[in-house]
Amino acid sequence: MEKHMPKPDEYARMVKAASGRSKGWKNIPLAFLVGGAVCAAGEGLRQLYLSAGLSPDWAGAMVSVSLIAASALLTGLGVYDDIAKAGGAGALVPITGFANAVVSPALEFRPEGMVLGTGSRLFAIAGPVIAYGLAASWIYGFIFWLLNR
Amino acid sequence: MAKLLGRSTYIFDRPPVIRSFAAAGGGKEGEGPLGERFDLLSPDNLYGADSWEQAEMKMQRLALKTALNKGGLRKGDLNILFAGDLLNQCTGSSYGLRPFMAPYLGVYGACSTMAETLLLASVFVDGGLAKAAGASTSSHFCSAERQYRYPLEYGSLRPPTAQWTATAAGAVILTAEGDCPRIEVRHACAGIIEDPGVKDANNMGAAMAPAAACLLRRYFRESATAPQDYSRIFTGDLGTVGSALLYQLLARDRLDISGMHDDCGLLLFDRARQDVHAGGSGAGCSAAVLCCHILPEMLAGRYEDVLFIATGALLSPTMVQQGESIPGIAHLVHFHLARSGKEGA
Repeated sequence: MEKHMPKPDEYARMVKAASGRSKGWKNIPLAFLVGGAVCAAGEGLRQLYLSAGLSPDWAGAMVSVSLIAASALLTGLGVYDDIAKAGGAGALVPITGFANAVVSPALEFRPEGMVLGTGSRLFAIAGPVIAYGLAASWIYGFIFWLLNR
Repeated sequence: MAKLLGRSTYIFDRPPVIRSFAAAGGGKEGEGPLGERFDLLSPDNLYGADSWEQAEMKMQRLALKTALNKGGLRKGDLNILFAGDLLNQCTGSSYGLRPFMAPYLGVYGACSTMAETLLLASVFVDGGLAKAAGASTSSHFCSAERQYRYPLEYGSLRPPTAQWTATAAGAVILTAEGDCPRIEVRHACAGIIEDPGVKDANNMGAAMAPAAACLLRRYFRESATAPQDYSRIFTGDLGTVGSALLYQLLARDRLDISGMHDDCGLLLFDRARQDVHAGGSGAGCSAAVLCCHILPEMLAGRYEDVLFIATGALLSPTMVQQGESIPGIAHLVHFHLARSGKEGA
């Protein structure tokens, strides 16, 4: 750079000052509301399944299945990304966000074919969560085994 | 033949003439402030194609075809065609422009491609290597998203500094001769890669501003001109963040362009209404604004001398993941409106 250019650390300060910040006062309460709504819907479904005579274990599993199905449908209809835009982490952290992370690449890479497109890119976003989630469960399981020998 | 001034400013002996130009865009661009000025728009962004890449190919092909038609030229008249886009292997250009059967030189300059192709085409026309040369560029929001970021339906979030890749293409035909009033390319300046150490791929304006500032400062020195010599100075896609940084960087050299500066990324979209955060971006952004706004306004006599500085962030997603900072680039073209043929070059 020529002599009148700022040094990288000085430029980094200029960039920080020039860059707008996210609207936390709006985003955080919205994330709370959207995330809370997903959890409330899950609890509502659980009560519904329990009242239909399912055991607590089965009711819990069915809640997960229902939320995943709903999220997959909303992703396919092109609505889920709009919900996520408003709800931020409130839409991405629950299991619905995980379903969105799997279904969206499935749709996106369809033009490249069912094998090399959808098939191979299906876990492009969710893959790391699955891999490290499994690794964490092994470690947890090992510790559990050690403590309960 | 063009003459070299300083390090890389070129003054054209026989200034190439803008024979014709055309712009194509998508739905969001059609709803923007320049929407009515596009030659072609496809509200669904697909242009009747089966994939986003094919849509981009078709969009750029239609832009060039329209530009040729407007200039009364046939595809066999092109002696050389410079084109580029944002996709790997310059898909939009190299696949999209196959039917023209024109001598083709593909270039990659990220979002600076429109100025880069214009510069090269001007050199060819001025040097007598082409009677008619094409400069064509495109970008597509959806094809860029899937290559650089995430699937469209994934609920990823953009920070306020992020910019919106334009779904747009622009094509310009340059010829050695033309009737007055006409727009001539008087100067061009090839930029140097500047890397200010920005690693945030969501803040490209900040990564590109130093390249634009260094280029402008050097161009004014080498061409012995000043900002006041130009009716308007357009940067490519610095957005709000990059434009603010550009002013600050130029102020260090006591250069002030704020009175005559516009940024194509801020002209293409209405930030208040269209949710594009820091502004538009993409190779097609400056290309479309050039063909929808800058050149028409010049022909209408509103601007006499215009600097067009397309800015590019030459980032590779792989290198972003490896922790490298983003190289920035900018290239400049100086347009002059010649009202009568008597004006000396």
